[in-house]
Amino acid sequence: MSIIIDKNTKVIVQGITGNEGKFHTASMLHYGTKVVAGVTPGKGGQQVEGVPVYNTVAETVTSHHADASIIFVPARFVRDAVLEAIEAGIKTLIIISEGTPQRDAIEFVARAKKKGNITILGPNCPGIISPPHRLKVGIMPDRIFRPGHIGIASRSGTLTYEIAWHLTQSGLGQSTCVGLGGDAIVGLDFISLLEMFKLDEECRSVVLIGEIGGNTEELAARYIAETNYPKPVVAYIAGRSAPPGKRMGHAGAIIMGNAGTARSKIDAFTGAGVPVAETPGDVVKLVHR
Amino acid sequence: MKLFEFEAKNILKDYGLPVPTGDIARNPDEAEAIAHRIGRPVALKAQILVSSRGKSGGIKFVNDATEARKVASNLFDRTIKGETVSSLLVEEKLGITAQFYASVAIDRQARTYIILAAAEGGIDIEDTALTSPNKISRRWADPDTGFSQPAAVEMLRQFSLTDNDTNRFAAIISSLYTVTLENDAELVEINPLARIASGELIAADARIIVDDNALFRHPEFKERSSVRMDDTSLEAEARKQNLAYVDLDGDIGIVGNGAGLVMATLDLVNHFGGRPANFLDIGGGGNVDITRKGLRLVISNPRVKAILVNILGGITRCDIVARAIIEALNESTVKKPVVVRMMGTNEAEGTRLLHRAGINTYPDPEKAVEAVIKL
Repeated sequence: MSIIIDKNTKVIVQGITGNEGKFHTASMLHYGTKVVAGVTPGKGGQQVEGVPVYNTVAETVTSHHADASIIFVPARFVRDAVLEAIEAGIKTLIIISEGTPQRDAIEFVARAKKKGNITILGPNCPGIISPPHRLKVGIMPDRIFRPGHIGIASRSGTLTYEIAWHLTQSGLGQSTCVGLGGDAIVGLDFISLLEMFKLDEECRSVVLIGEIGGNTEELAARYIAETNYPKPVVAYIAGRSAPPGKRMGHAGAIIMGNAGTARSKIDAFTGAGVPVAETPGDVVKLVHR
Repeated sequence: MKLFEFEAKNILKDYGLPVPTGDIARNPDEAEAIAHRIGRPVALKAQILVSSRGKSGGIKFVNDATEARKVASNLFDRTIKGETVSSLLVEEKLGITAQFYASVAIDRQARTYIILAAAEGGIDIEDTALTSPNKISRRWADPDTGFSQPAAVEMLRQFSLTDNDTNRFAAIISSLYTVTLENDAELVEINPLARIASGELIAADARIIVDDNALFRHPEFKERSSVRMDDTSLEAEARKQNLAYVDLDGDIGIVGNGAGLVMATLDLVNHFGGRPANFLDIGGGGNVDITRKGLRLVISNPRVKAILVNILGGITRCDIVARAIIEALNESTVKKPVVVRMMGTNEAEGTRLLHRAGINTYPDPEKAVEAVIKL
């Protein structure tokens, strides 16, 4: 079993006619994902990689029973794209686009919560990949991953690839890898994802990749300690050398005053009995242990 | 983007919130003229973005225009916590009878706006939150329905204020919420919110931070957003070129693709005993033009003795990045040693190109870091 998506998930691509949309549609199809349709307002009737393009999300739900959407539209259109998908009944939203205004993210995350039973990954995330089932709703280079039993939860794209590469090199495969997004306001958080990994039989241990900014890692650490989390968790935190007050590439990677430091997150995990790797490569040693 | 106090106050004024009478002075002459116009004792406030400006000598009170000129002359071009004073806000000195605190900010975990109020002003809100959390009243806005004035009145109840204070305070809080939304702010803070002799509440000091991601829909900040007081000169240059760059104080230049990967690279350099000179993310997509610009910027930093490029080619093709690296190095008159960690799509071709150009490459990041530190 994979989490969030499965082999019946019918995926649409919002922003399919753009360069990124096209490229990753081909890559997802090649991997095995059921991409049933694309949406670009005004470009309905075209085909991209053999996938039919529609003007609206509602049409893809009617004609193809679409239930998940991956969003590549420019940041300024993300709000409208997400609200349209929520209205049309899409249950899983994966927002790749970077640069979404926080006010917009607050609005659509709240809307999804009110509507209920909706999962949002991102904004500014690499998506989700499940190597045992050859499912990918995302942009990750699938060659780096291999089937196995480690669940990865991460706030960073390329750092996920880095750690997955180290794991794969050592023969440690992955069950599902999920990018939560590098923005300050994102949909799914570490705790909800840990809940999903807990119920997934395929997942035997979890690698949690955090970074400076916010306190989602601290809350996850507390959750792990308080619930006596049943599966082993290993953490890695990026940004030990980041100065306060500076945004480190990701909109959400910023230390405000004394809040959101790597130290605080590392201490929280250590205190919760979760080993924290010193380097991305050391994750492998800790997983082996 | 952090706004200056005077910019924040101008916005508050646009929303009908009371602010002291005053104006911005760029030199001692203007400071004198504004003080003369006000005709009462004034405050001279350095327009800088660092916190605790008052404690660092950035705020002075004077009795008249002549004194304003003299004191202003001393303030201009002074450096306070690394920021040069190039403008002063000259405004009426307030006869303060009580001080409060009000702010609206984005709460990442709650994924909505948090509203904070306190019956004390001029406080460090983070310190107070830790030491005496019950002095702060907190509420969270429902993004659908907003934050109404009755909700603001309710949150102030715990302070046992007079009706006059409560009503005025609540009106200000609910306007602050509107200011926050309409300006795409991450933070709008009035600290202190001062009560003056007339009973009116007035924003004695104000801070606004605008969400960088929302600047596209705020043309009014366009010119303002290109120059940031809190940027170093290299950061300012990077901003002009749309590079995600942060200055650090070491001597190893760092370039990589993806924010998390670059942060991890800095940490790795520190872990093995080196000192990174900067953070530079050329993006997960690995754009050729950005790679060249970024490398040029890092080479131009006089502190940089050697450069580490860390590329994890997923969607990014290693051969394309290799060509960009070689071009950037050839264009540069300054020669600095470069070590490349390259792994992923078209890695063999990228590595071959770099080796032919005399550049060492490693597939393993730790080996690359050790190599660049030894240089």
